Amino acid sequence: MQEKTDSKQEIGQKKTDVLLQVEGLKTYFYMEQDKVAKAVDDVSFTLKKGETLALVGESGSGKSITSLSLMRLIPSPPGKIIEGSIKLDGTDLLSLSEKDMRKVRGNDIGMIFQEPMTSLNPVYTIGNQIAETLMKHKKLKKKEAYKRAVELLKLVGFARAEQIVHEYPHQLSGGMRQRAMIAMALSCDPKLLIADEPTTALDVTIQTQILDLMVEMKEKFESSILLITHDLGVVAEVADRVLVMYGGQIVEEATAYELYTNPQHPYTVGLLNSIPNLESDVERLESIKGTVPPAHRFPKGCRFAPRCKHVMDKCYEANPDLLEKDSNHKVRCYLYEE
Amino acid sequence: MHKYIIRRILQFIPMLFLITIVVFALAKAAPGDVLSGERLDPNIPAEVYDMRREALGLNDHITVQYWNWLSSVATGDLGTSMQYTGRSVAELINARVMNTVYLSLFALGVTLAFAIPIGIYSATRKYSLFDYGATTFAFLGLATPNFFAGLLAIYVFGFMLGWFPSQGTVSTVGLSGMELFLDKLKHLVLPGFTLGLASTASYMRYMRTEILEVKGSDFIRTAKAKGLSNHSVLYKHTLRNALLPIITLLGLEFGTLLSGAIITERVFSYPGLGQLFLTSVQNRDYPVIMAINLILAITILIGNLLADIFYAVVDPRIRYD
Repeated sequence: MQEKTDSKQEIGQKKTDVLLQVEGLKTYFYMEQDKVAKAVDDVSFTLKKGETLALVGESGSGKSITSLSLMRLIPSPPGKIIEGSIKLDGTDLLSLSEKDMRKVRGNDIGMIFQEPMTSLNPVYTIGNQIAETLMKHKKLKKKEAYKRAVELLKLVGFARAEQIVHEYPHQLSGGMRQRAMIAMALSCDPKLLIADEPTTALDVTIQTQILDLMVEMKEKFESSILLITHDLGVVAEVADRVLVMYGGQIVEEATAYELYTNPQHPYTVGLLNSIPNLESDVERLESIKGTVPPAHRFPKGCRFAPRCKHVMDKCYEANPDLLEKDSNHKVRCYLYEE
Repeated sequence: MHKYIIRRILQFIPMLFLITIVVFALAKAAPGDVLSGERLDPNIPAEVYDMRREALGLNDHITVQYWNWLSSVATGDLGTSMQYTGRSVAELINARVMNTVYLSLFALGVTLAFAIPIGIYSATRKYSLFDYGATTFAFLGLATPNFFAGLLAIYVFGFMLGWFPSQGTVSTVGLSGMELFLDKLKHLVLPGFTLGLASTASYMRYMRTEILEVKGSDFIRTAKAKGLSNHSVLYKHTLRNALLPIITLLGLEFGTLLSGAIITERVFSYPGLGQLFLTSVQNRDYPVIMAINLILAITILIGNLLADIFYAVVDPRIRYD
């Protein structure tokens, strides 16, 4: 751990290095009656080393499927990654054999899930579940793996880590379980930590603790975070850069600061307006009318058009491209095309 | 854990007491008594019957009869059989109980040995040819009554193919050691498989369903995200959770096996408790009926107790409440 704290400078340098490069990713689900759900439809983005990238969107926007695609854990059938490339540190994950991919999961990419209550196996101890990953990837002996598990639990803030390793998930609270999940995801020192709605199921007071812990751990482990959430409040707290997803596509991409101060896409504006603000005195919160269309029935043209306030005729004709507005801002909307 | 087991054993005692009441009441509620059959003889005057009833205590108040029965059962005296005059119930049961135990254990072994692996294999290859085959077999097995399966087994494997004996527990007297063991085992095959058939079929389905259900859980996704092999995802993370409901069902299985044994033993002329029970019912031999009922009830209670204890061993969530 010590060597990592004095390598802060190195992290600054690494920021320019690309860790994850996703290009043209398409994950489709083949359903009954020949319906095809385009859950992820031509998604491209990069994640730099040391960066926290947030993937934001409503339920059904394709953000979780994107993260599961990165792990190649799409339930198949019916799901299938049909196109694109996912490069982690130069290795194309989609071309790996299943066996090699298993060496990536849990080792190069750690993952935290939404429901800490159900994401841990109820019949094994916390220690067993952390040690298992270490024994698998780091080839540690059982005893060493448990020792390391205790260290990891201490690191994520368990004062009585020696007891916790012998406890079962049901003996811990939701926040504690999520801490244990973080310890587990970080156990093999992954390059990338994917957190799929890590705080959604937690109390608001615990949410901040967990987010702070994730960021702290990211620094300590020199890792990067891909944070999937529907909560823009969470994003503001931790993210460097934000991708807004709608209908299986990225509709806006910007640095967190830029996105909050200068949102462009009507969907992003709608999302930001639906966050309660304590300073302004509004009677009713704004909401975006309607729901995300099901992924097998996207409208022709812009997928957001039926819900958009600024909809124009041409929005119904063809889907706009994701265009670069300036160097750190991209948007998919005809309002900003000349 | 110890507290839990002790508490469960303590709950056992009032249950046992209630069972004795039910067993006794059922026997008393049935019409007629052991003398009913003989009453048809017109040469015996009615007073003789009354004397015999008085001697047997059948004219006492029902609570007195219950108390007499309960106190003798508590001291291990199960009474005297009425059909086999003069022989004690304990003696009749002792001569047969082990045969039924062997038969039930054999059937249970068949169930576990087939149902669990086939269920797992079916679930991991859902909608494959194997899965469809297993499902078809399961429904056939469930739909075939015990006695019919037994007759079929006797006809095909006993009579046509002649592979296994279809009657009794031993071929000849005078066998000993390994020879005796193998001979007994051979005699167990047909009744054992017959008795285990329905359970095998249903447990296969339970196992398949449970595995499929657990496979969809969040913690299985976590296990996969940790990069574990399919083998450890299935046998470590899925199987143990999928077995939990099976354990509960196995506790109840003791009862199913013993009641199934009554019919199976009859079909295979297998001298066990089931056969004794049937003849006792036909002859209104209430002391024997009550004793066997009591044994069945206690076996089921013990089965449930074992299931609860085993469940607590496997599922940590049970232990501490």
